[in-house]
Amino acid sequence: MSGLIGKKIGMTSIFDASGKNIPCTLIQAGPCVVTQVKTMEKDGYDAIQLAFDDKKEKNTTNALKGHFKKANTSPKRVLREFTRFEVGARKSHGEVIDVSVFFEGEYVDVSGVSKGKGFQGVVKRHNFGGVGDRSHGQHNRLRAPGSLGASSWPSRVMKGMKMAGRTGGQKVKMINLQIVKIFPEENLIVVKGSVPGHNGSYLKIERWS
Amino acid sequence: MKSELMQFAEEQLVEKKNHPDFKAGDTVTVNYRIVEGAKERIQSYQGVVIQRAGTAATETFTVRKISGGIGVERIFPVNSPFIDNIVVNKRGVVRRARIFYQRALTGKKARIKERRN
Repeated sequence: MSGLIGKKIGMTSIFDASGKNIPCTLIQAGPCVVTQVKTMEKDGYDAIQLAFDDKKEKNTTNALKGHFKKANTSPKRVLREFTRFEVGARKSHGEVIDVSVFFEGEYVDVSGVSKGKGFQGVVKRHNFGGVGDRSHGQHNRLRAPGSLGASSWPSRVMKGMKMAGRTGGQKVKMINLQIVKIFPEENLIVVKGSVPGHNGSYLKIERWS
Repeated sequence: MKSELMQFAEEQLVEKKNHPDFKAGDTVTVNYRIVEGAKERIQSYQGVVIQRAGTAATETFTVRKISGGIGVERIFPVNSPFIDNIVVNKRGVVRRARIFYQRALTGKKARIKERRN
């Protein structure tokens, strides 16, 4: 199996063997239940669907209740599909998967929805440099985008021009994060570096294989 | 507030050191291990603690001293494995937890009254 669904707990730092201070993120990963197995013959592609984090039965639609009942499990909050399989590790419907799929020292990819930052200018949103000088007659255009294009041709603004707007709240994947430590009893993994989203947001953790 | 899982992990991940109790205004000597190639030596750094920041595994403290007429501030993680030991030389009487006003003071004005028990 190539992954799990997790929840971001927060960041801390640890000291490695050489005494270096390393920033780390705690992720509560799994246990997840296989709620659907998709096959080439039936669905056109191979994948498994995992479910994570309990929710109340009264907040679940009848359709989903049936879906969870088939997998013999309680209603869950998050469902995610995993397409990348490792050979010979096919999982069956209703199986429970926990952090034992990972081991310490390996590298994983973590994806989630980044923190929403609201309406932001081009300097924050697209890493524009802004106007270089604060002096030499320059005023009030310190973080301006500058020209949007040429004049008589094309007489319009090109599609996809980088401008100010809503920032963050997008799907972001951090690749090759090292797993520093695993606590199997607490379903907790510690990865090196940061992951997208606020504390408590859901993450998809996949192994690059 | 830190969640229970966070607290659990920090207890497991970072070894707590038994340093003496000190706070802002105290004068301390930090004996810091420095590795140079294969050799290791201890450098001591003495100054006034101007703040303690953070909690548990990520707690740090800042020590300020005047070195050659120039103010120097150094930040140490409390649980750093490089800290050999911390000696409290003097306990100071200050009214706040972060005595940044010290940066603007020199000479006689920068003195901190000693706390006597």
